[in-house]
Amino acid sequence: MEPIIAPADFSLFGFIPTVIFSFLIPVVGVGCFAYIMARRVAPLVKAAPDNRFDQIPQRIIAVIKLWLLQWRQPRYMVAGVLHIMIFAGFLVLSIRSTELVILGVSSSFKIPGFNTIIGDIYNVFKDYAATMVLVACIIAAYRRGIVKPARYAVPEKYGHDHTAEAVFVLGLISTLMISESLFEASELAASGHEKFLAPLSLVWFEHLLLSGASQGTLQAIHIAAYYVHDITFFFFLCFLPMGKHFHVITSVFNVFFMRMKKGNTKPVRHDVTDAQLDDLESFGVKKIEDFTWKHMLDFYSCADCGRCSDQCPANTVGRPLSPRFITIKGRDKLFANYPLRGAFAESKPLIGDIYEEDEIWSCTTCGACEQECPLGIEYIDKIVDLRRAMVDEGMVPQSLQKPLSALEKRGNAWGKMEKKRAEWAQEEEFAAQCQVKILDGKKETADTLYFVDSISSYDDRMQDLARATARILCAAGTDFGVLGKEEKDSGNEVRRFGEEMLFQSLKEHNIEAILNSGAKHIVTADPHAFNAIKNDYHNDELPDIEHLAQYVARKIKSGEIRFKGVEDPSKVYTYHDPCYLGRHNEVYDDPRDAMDAIPGIKRVEMIKSRDRSFCCSGGGLMLFYEPEEEERMAVLRVKMAAEAGANVIVTACPFCLVNMEDAIKVAQMEDTMEAIDFSELIARHLDI
Amino acid sequence: MEILVCVKRVPDTEENEITISSAGNDIERDDLVYSVNEWDNYAVEEAIQIVDKVGGSVTVVTVGDDESEEVLRREMAMGAEKGILVSDDAFEGADGKGIATALKGVVEKEKYDLILTGAQADDGAAQVGGMLAAMLDLPYASLVNKIEVMDGKLKVGREIEGGNQEMSEIEMPCVLSIQTGINEPRYVGIRGIRKVASVEIPTFSASDLGVSAVEPALKKVDYFVPEMGEGAEMLEGSVEEMAEKLVELLKAKGGLK
Repeated sequence: MEPIIAPADFSLFGFIPTVIFSFLIPVVGVGCFAYIMARRVAPLVKAAPDNRFDQIPQRIIAVIKLWLLQWRQPRYMVAGVLHIMIFAGFLVLSIRSTELVILGVSSSFKIPGFNTIIGDIYNVFKDYAATMVLVACIIAAYRRGIVKPARYAVPEKYGHDHTAEAVFVLGLISTLMISESLFEASELAASGHEKFLAPLSLVWFEHLLLSGASQGTLQAIHIAAYYVHDITFFFFLCFLPMGKHFHVITSVFNVFFMRMKKGNTKPVRHDVTDAQLDDLESFGVKKIEDFTWKHMLDFYSCADCGRCSDQCPANTVGRPLSPRFITIKGRDKLFANYPLRGAFAESKPLIGDIYEEDEIWSCTTCGACEQECPLGIEYIDKIVDLRRAMVDEGMVPQSLQKPLSALEKRGNAWGKMEKKRAEWAQEEEFAAQCQVKILDGKKETADTLYFVDSISSYDDRMQDLARATARILCAAGTDFGVLGKEEKDSGNEVRRFGEEMLFQSLKEHNIEAILNSGAKHIVTADPHAFNAIKNDYHNDELPDIEHLAQYVARKIKSGEIRFKGVEDPSKVYTYHDPCYLGRHNEVYDDPRDAMDAIPGIKRVEMIKSRDRSFCCSGGGLMLFYEPEEEERMAVLRVKMAAEAGANVIVTACPFCLVNMEDAIKVAQMEDTMEAIDFSELIARHLDI
Repeated sequence: MEILVCVKRVPDTEENEITISSAGNDIERDDLVYSVNEWDNYAVEEAIQIVDKVGGSVTVVTVGDDESEEVLRREMAMGAEKGILVSDDAFEGADGKGIATALKGVVEKEKYDLILTGAQADDGAAQVGGMLAAMLDLPYASLVNKIEVMDGKLKVGREIEGGNQEMSEIEMPCVLSIQTGINEPRYVGIRGIRKVASVEIPTFSASDLGVSAVEPALKKVDYFVPEMGEGAEMLEGSVEEMAEKLVELLKAKGGLK
């Protein structure tokens, strides 16, 4: 048989050289793509500054882990594996696609080095890659179109369903795979030589199918396959920036620029120091351009996979918040205000336009969404920025105004007197066993400062936690004291609820009081205080801080804390990870190790634990917020504990305990479940 | 529309533990924190919302000492344009009539279409609004929980017994005393107050206003904490049983008809 004519040398109807198309399609495609990208970049140029060029080695590691190795994908096994198949296939086939474009103008072109064995090996790889991608696309289309996992559904208020776009793109990808292999199979079938083909690969099947075809048919298929591939390829390239498949382009950048620190909150503006805050005209994100460029890149990068909202406790209990749509609505706003053609639109306030007040207040800042996002999209800083803007405009729910005003006047959300802050230590029975020094910088000094924070200082029930913590410190022989009336609320939620100036004043006051105390270490049993002091205070002179769980784990190792056998062997314990100890500060093992050191203790894990822990509905100011919701987060959580076979839920946060104790009553589980704090469990089992 | 809102600095009942002073004729005032009287805060919010709709400006006034300036600044941070502080030893210890006299002096210095007061104050006796209207010889509506602006007059509402709503028309200028719940007052943070920290607030004395002190007609003779009554009755039994007992009790005590 005659050798088949390549697209670079073929003439349509015998007189139109197809090489013209081989040249025009890429030129037009790349031209369109460059134009679209320039329009897409426009809002990023007008965005607020962001600090993302630090920690380059860690950023490169993040790219290798999250982007190249798709680290977070298997957290959702089926979708994750399908995505890895398609992603890996794309990486392998990117070389082949480049080669194909050039083959269209030069039929003898070979990628440098590919006329050796490397080329043959690559060929086998890419044949299997294309096959794998096609199989993955078919399964993915089946899932999207027929199985319809719940997390892809679009609630009515958020607009139309996204299935059509998803299936259309799967169709485009499949077209690319089939046309690429047909191009090769038709050539091989026509040439008649026996060449090694990867068995059971797509091209192998097609070669088999085409083996009896006439020369003319094969020639037609060869040319048609080439141009179908070429057009689809450049159409796909230009289609990517139109929607959720933009992530194919942006994800590598998004991961590179993702947040590297945990637990902290972004400054009001990256180019403004805390001391300059008073000079700022406006606070927070009021219009779309107030977002930082990275936060806009987040909007572009969302793949609409729905994992954030699937993990979001606010979404789960029916609060009017779905992190996925925080992003999708932000992206659609950018697309609408910065259209591909015509003038950029005047931007309007986002609250009341695309976001609602209740939606933004519904977030507990638990961080489950950010932990899950496979490509490093951020939510908490955006929520905080939107809240800063609402606070600046006076849009604060009445339920939060009272505690905020109390925090301003009295340094705690309950409006209790400052002088009563250390009254918990005067309870008779406790005071007889354990003396708590007051470190107001005047008389007494101590090595360690126990930072109690507001709820454990004032709430009747939570004062038990303060006393239990003090007992543990006493038992381990630590020389410690508290700040007493000099301590104010750590402000963790004050900052996260957008009241930055109040946070600044609480922070300054506490830093001064802590430095005044002369203590060398800080211990706290409140993860919110722990997080604020560790991640938000930014003061190099501050002593190091430990959460009680870390302290206890350390003292067990050193032998300074010893336990007696478990009080009640019939109890089955489960540990609930508080968000600000677990996800935000990655303290997962210390509390578990400390519990397991109690001889004879039975401990089980809940389905959602460690970095997938389910928020109790939030601490600090969140206790005062009255959300619209169908059920309580903590009720779901105590039910999870029961499902795990536990009858005691142990948490390491006073706010979690408030919520769990309430939930046990609401769920009428008083007879089968109890909630205690880590400090209480440890204090009860101390072998003194 | 030019609106004057009369506000008062009061000990914050939510953030203080009120105790009786050793002399027994006042509360212990050390360690107290103060805020704007809650009713007044609603009145200022309402004034700002009216001005946002129909134009004009809001002025806030208080009778007090230098420390009262903080409540004026807070209300100015909300959106009131001007503040006036009336401060004079002549008004120290004044009763409702004395305060109303001072405020009358303020009203007569400018032309206002609408004068708002809170329906009452945490530490007050709900006298000032009515007295001020009488002294100015202006129409007065009290306990207002709804305001609609019409041409030259207002449609105002108040809640009457049993949750019913009553609507009335009132000619301007007039005086209204405002009930809580009429709106949702906006939040004022430290940042807002700092923004208005340098705005000049004129201070008027009694002679500036051409008024003189009014001897209080009432004299405080005693303060005491009422004795605790009998303890609460705890209901016991299953949820259904407790609910049944509760209904019986409510019926017996006239809570349910």
